[in-house]
Amino acid sequence: MTTTENATEKVVSTIVSAGTSEGGQELQLRADMSAKAVLRESGAVLRMSESQVASLADTQSEDQTMIINMGPQHPSTHGVLRLMLELKGETVLRCKPVIGYLHTGMEKTGESLTYMQGGTNVTRMDYASPLNNELVFSMATEKLLGIDGDIPQRAVWIRMMLSELNRISSHLLFMATNGMDIGAVSMMLYGFREREEVLRFFQKVTGLRMNHNFIRPGGVAADLPAGWRDDVLGLLDALPERLAEYEILMTGQPIWRERLQGVGVITRDEAIALSATGPILRSTGLAWDLRRDLPYLHYDEVEFDVIVGSYGDAFDRYSIRLNEIRESMRIVRQILDRMPQGDYRIQDKKVTPPPRGRIDESMEALIHHFKIFTEGFKVPEGETYVAIESPRGEIGCYIASDGSSTPYRMHMRAPSFVNIQSMPLMMHGGLIADAVAVISSVDPVLGEVDR
Amino acid sequence: MSQNAGRVADDVRFVAKTEYLKTLTALRSEGFEMCADLTAVDFLTHPGRPLDAEVASRITLERFELVVNLLSLSQRRRVRLRVQISESDTSIDSAFDLYPGTEAMEREVYDMFGITFTGHPDLTRILMPEDWVGFPLRKDYSQGDIPVQFKGAAS
Repeated sequence: MTTTENATEKVVSTIVSAGTSEGGQELQLRADMSAKAVLRESGAVLRMSESQVASLADTQSEDQTMIINMGPQHPSTHGVLRLMLELKGETVLRCKPVIGYLHTGMEKTGESLTYMQGGTNVTRMDYASPLNNELVFSMATEKLLGIDGDIPQRAVWIRMMLSELNRISSHLLFMATNGMDIGAVSMMLYGFREREEVLRFFQKVTGLRMNHNFIRPGGVAADLPAGWRDDVLGLLDALPERLAEYEILMTGQPIWRERLQGVGVITRDEAIALSATGPILRSTGLAWDLRRDLPYLHYDEVEFDVIVGSYGDAFDRYSIRLNEIRESMRIVRQILDRMPQGDYRIQDKKVTPPPRGRIDESMEALIHHFKIFTEGFKVPEGETYVAIESPRGEIGCYIASDGSSTPYRMHMRAPSFVNIQSMPLMMHGGLIADAVAVISSVDPVLGEVDR
Repeated sequence: MSQNAGRVADDVRFVAKTEYLKTLTALRSEGFEMCADLTAVDFLTHPGRPLDAEVASRITLERFELVVNLLSLSQRRRVRLRVQISESDTSIDSAFDLYPGTEAMEREVYDMFGITFTGHPDLTRILMPEDWVGFPLRKDYSQGDIPVQFKGAAS
């Protein structure tokens, strides 16, 4: 599929006339760019001088390439990700992600919501792992309040359990979408089926399948319902068999391996330079997991392995996620053994509402209840950054407080937003069919990318 | 207990704008291999911030503050830089050559706050449309007070 320079211009002019042009946000023609900029867009992380690059630039001539749009509507882009690809035949030379189609100003919205309401906002960012978003937001708020060490033990263990189950459900969703992207369409049914079982447990605990707003500053919203232990055990007993099925269906299959091995390779230095975290960083062989390396909650008290790859390719990222499900199950089993009795939220009337029963008998409790749900609680002046390991990498929450009951500035360090930067590098030199495998292996959630 | 480990105060350093790149270079060679996060805050309606006496003696608080979170994978620690950027001169050196991962983050800060990064290879809007007017996360860009902008709609 080669074309002349005229055709290239025709493609671009079609885009412009269709009224979809984003101007400078888009992938530019080589003729309009400096050699250094071309090199950067090809994914080069290491720097060269303009003259060095110019001497290399002659190897690729303009007249055989063509720029095409992939997305924003495309089944494999997991949402409204738009990629502009420069192709030479079927080979991807450059790729530029164009994002922002799902931007709804959630960080701005967060500035007008109280800390109590903030959870409903952040939980909608990474909608595939909402509980991790709530967790990091709550932890940042608690750190500013200075109560991060006083959270009741039961609440901490509940948070850990939900966070791990959420990791399982998120990775199961990855199994489904990754399978579908690569062409193992039946995998989509299996992945969603298993994920639904985890979500059913979330629904029983939090009342909702997604967007729970369950982990709140001070603890969690409610205690675990009766029979929760049997439900979790049911999940843990059913999953290993299903995962073994996945192994038969995918891991060992020659077609599956051919499709993923050696595709979208990234090296350790490149991943670090591009700030990639999570399975992308671990696929390069670097065992970096915030749960182990900068532990929070009680992750230093449970045993689990950090799964790493060795080649930094899409297959490693697939295997890492598959095995992380097993590690998460191992953690959840330990949590079941250690789950203490006690309160599920801090009994600080300034932060958490009083129990429902107290409201009928105590005037003070009624006042606290009213104050918390109308104006919220005040958080001391200051700023903090808290980061945890979400299924996609480091999710961080930066809050600057001016002493009022709403954050002065609330910023989420979204792992997908940062990880997307490594896609041009992974795609460079690969086939356009592999571009789909690369997108899938990065596993971006566009709600979080655009916020 | 890990729960209390969080009580250790964050390593926060105030850096003058002119020293920004020099500090980053030094920290990078000190072992901070990754720039985990880069964002900004607009302190328009909250100009006073609590400062240590030592910091107050050498730093003047300005309207904008660039917040850079560096991460050392080898030493397992973080450091946060706070750089003051004045309203009259909203440009600052780009960290791109040291940390290529800041590319999208700096574009986002430019898009949302109008802070320009000198030396950034592709400083265009990233989340908002290219022809958007205004910088949404600035405090004087209030919600609900402006007509909604529809790009490319027939009028």
